[in-house]
Amino acid sequence: MMSLQNFMNEAISPWMKEEGPDSDIVLSSRIRLARNFAQVTFPIIAKEEDLKPILDFFEQKYAHQSFKEYKNFELVAMNNLKPIEKRVLVEKHLISPHLAEHSDHSAVLISENEQISVMINEEDHLRIQLYYPGFQLEQALKRASELDDWLEEKINYAFDENRGYLTACPTNVGTGMRASVMMHLPALAMTQQVNRMIPAINQLGLVVRGIYGEGSEALGNIFQISNQITLGKSEEDIVEDLQSVVRQLIDQERRARETLMQRSGIQLEDRVFRSYGVLKNSRIIESKEAAKCLSDVRLGIDLGFIKNISKNILNELMILTQPGFLQQYAQETLTPDQRDIRRASLIRERLQLEKK
Amino acid sequence: MECQECHQRPATVHLTKVINGDKTEVHVCEQCAKEKGYGESSFSLNDLLSGLFNFDHASSLGSGTAPSSKQPAQQLQCPKCGLTYQEFTRIGKFGCAECYKTFDDKLNPIFRRVHSGNTEHNGKIPKREGGNLHLRKEVEQKKHLLHQLIEKEEFEEAAKVRDQIRKLEKKLQNEQGGDE
Repeated sequence: MMSLQNFMNEAISPWMKEEGPDSDIVLSSRIRLARNFAQVTFPIIAKEEDLKPILDFFEQKYAHQSFKEYKNFELVAMNNLKPIEKRVLVEKHLISPHLAEHSDHSAVLISENEQISVMINEEDHLRIQLYYPGFQLEQALKRASELDDWLEEKINYAFDENRGYLTACPTNVGTGMRASVMMHLPALAMTQQVNRMIPAINQLGLVVRGIYGEGSEALGNIFQISNQITLGKSEEDIVEDLQSVVRQLIDQERRARETLMQRSGIQLEDRVFRSYGVLKNSRIIESKEAAKCLSDVRLGIDLGFIKNISKNILNELMILTQPGFLQQYAQETLTPDQRDIRRASLIRERLQLEKK
Repeated sequence: MECQECHQRPATVHLTKVINGDKTEVHVCEQCAKEKGYGESSFSLNDLLSGLFNFDHASSLGSGTAPSSKQPAQQLQCPKCGLTYQEFTRIGKFGCAECYKTFDDKLNPIFRRVHSGNTEHNGKIPKREGGNLHLRKEVEQKKHLLHQLIEKEEFEEAAKVRDQIRKLEKKLQNEQGGDE
């Protein structure tokens, strides 16, 4: 159970420690594929006797296996986890909130470096997820497709010539693919440009969300952008369309940063160091304020105002200061007030570590 | 969650009754709800969501949740999982792969709406489940290309493509023959 402990205790997954292309703006790229067993009713309707064999099948065929550079898959049954532990996995994006809520006969298969997670008996029988650091959608798609082929060697997928991969929800049918990127867009947010861009992005068949998916707020100026359409376009075309929008957003964000530096460099520097001061000194801090300050500090690192702090501090502390992680760290249930105190001290400790 | 009444079909009607401060929750399927008279005046969140899918009988929207039992579509029921078309439009989810065949006639308008006008898959084909679909798609693409080349009067290139198509079709024939 060594790895389960790692999943729980380390806020950032091993794969996140590597720096990907355009990592000053794109934090991560993800491909998710929805797949179902051809002969089994989908989890929303299925009974125990339908779902249990799928779980057993994964235990037998895939637990402790390796695929390419992804070693030692661990199968974690949801029913064996405490609520806080599930929350930690959600905060790390290794499982969805849906899986955490529907724990009977569900599980997740995670590779040692946490780059791959396959949710079992979520809304679909399989939700295959693969992450890459930075802006690497094409690479992620290639790998995810290989992983999909590897799984298909032993599984008869629900597939139809005309409709493609069959999924529980009509919004996923066809490719079953959701490609997404996490972007840090502080300058576009500061200059009020993001809100104007969202409707245009939506018109292109893409969706903009907050860091924790549907309905969540863009905490820390982190935005998730993904494809809406899964039917009628090939995986490669979907990824290409998403990529071209992401590339434009990267350009726009860089331009907005430059303009801000030129026109109000001192104000920007002031803002960055004030936020740094808050993180270094506060004794009580709410998650919203923490996220805002972390975003400022990360921008300060990117612009060269702050040195000797690793860029990962944003990703790491954003996750580490979520309610589940704070409580996992404290090893007890905390009230919101207690959490704000814990959060402040945890951030101070973490920044202290950076100074060495 | 299964229906509290029949314990067979999935519960798609969820009601909370508050009588003199006593709260009771009821989870039943469409059919039992109708039989037991639940939900006559209810309007669930799923009704709102299913507005997206409920495409071919706009008339039923005006009268709230009035059961449109006269519609033959509502009688459709998946032989594998038991999901009815009405339940499908209500929960907005399929029950199994077979549902796609059962409700096939009704799906194009829904898919068109959700996927910007698209109704047919154009992406990856699984290696094993896909059978010879790879080959057939390739032939289709090449034929399309051939057509374009002829229009552009690039006959030399067109001849090459024609030969490729012949080869592929032969391969297809052999494979189909081998299957039998």
